Amino acid sequence: MASPVEQFRLTPLVPIEVGGLDISFTNSAAFMVAGVVVVTAFLTLSMRGGRLVPSRWQSMAELSYEFIAGMVRDNVGREGRQYFPFIFTLFMFILAGNLLGMIPYAYTFTSQIIVTFGLAFVVFVGVTIIGLVRHGTHFFTYFFPDGAPLWMAPLLVPIEVISYLSRPVSLSVRLFANMMAGHTMMKVFGGFTVALALFGVAPLAMIVALTAFEILVAFLQAYVFTVLTCIYLHDAIHLH
Amino acid sequence: MDEPKDPPSLAALDARLRQAQERERRGREGSDTVRTSALGQAMKVGIELVAGVAVGSFIGYLLDYWLGTKPWLMIVFFFLGAAAGMMNVYRVAGGKSFAADRQGTRDTREG
Repeated sequence: MASPVEQFRLTPLVPIEVGGLDISFTNSAAFMVAGVVVVTAFLTLSMRGGRLVPSRWQSMAELSYEFIAGMVRDNVGREGRQYFPFIFTLFMFILAGNLLGMIPYAYTFTSQIIVTFGLAFVVFVGVTIIGLVRHGTHFFTYFFPDGAPLWMAPLLVPIEVISYLSRPVSLSVRLFANMMAGHTMMKVFGGFTVALALFGVAPLAMIVALTAFEILVAFLQAYVFTVLTCIYLHDAIHLH
Repeated sequence: MDEPKDPPSLAALDARLRQAQERERRGREGSDTVRTSALGQAMKVGIELVAGVAVGSFIGYLLDYWLGTKPWLMIVFFFLGAAAGMMNVYRVAGGKSFAADRQGTRDTREG
């Protein structure tokens, strides 16, 4: 009986080593590629017809497009439109990762902190650069609340800077913790089912409920990650 | 399609159109889409608090490492981090209230 965290083990599929650095093609990387392939196939194949009255698949593709377009419009505003491709890609990639992980024996790459932190860090750096380019040095007023007395600056500025720097951490930890906890829990109940033999019906029922819940979490966390990206983008564009 | 019996007047349509444009222009302030379940909210609050403390302590640790002031800066930044974490929590819990507040003061002063 494998341990519940066995599923998170990285196994190199194609060992590659460059200058002492291990950059092997792992199962995690394989599922990232699979995610990209699935999303690309889903969007291109379903839109191939391009019918006025959409088919089921086309309707799903349009739904996801409009969902993110609406999210960007509501959370960032008009200026957010040019960042739509990135946000849509981000959402689809995370969603694909979360949902692929729901397939038995599949690897959930979003349960790796380094993957989610990589994504969050790209968002963080990108948003900061956008803020700097749009506002120049005026961007730094972001770290000092309007209307606060100036002598509070030595206290307030470090707090605001830490608060700003904690964004990628909370963004990545949220996604990673949700995915890891959910998948560990499913494995634990799976272990109960085997160990309890006939009485394993009870944990089995629990797994059914958990699976549904995990699919909900998969959508919800992809949504939360993207919404927060939109909010950070909004902050960078509008400052406060 | 459920078309209304008598079409709305042009003035009403104009008002709605302007409302929609305003919403699009202002972005987030107009709507509150960031409403998750209570559990999600609680989860978020915990992570925000911990992230603030963790980042603060880490910065303090790094500064100590560079400046050779072993425990002191880490202690200072631990508390600053805790403050930042609580501020994050306040912003999450209060939704947009804090940001809206700042937006409000900014608008009145500039306008």
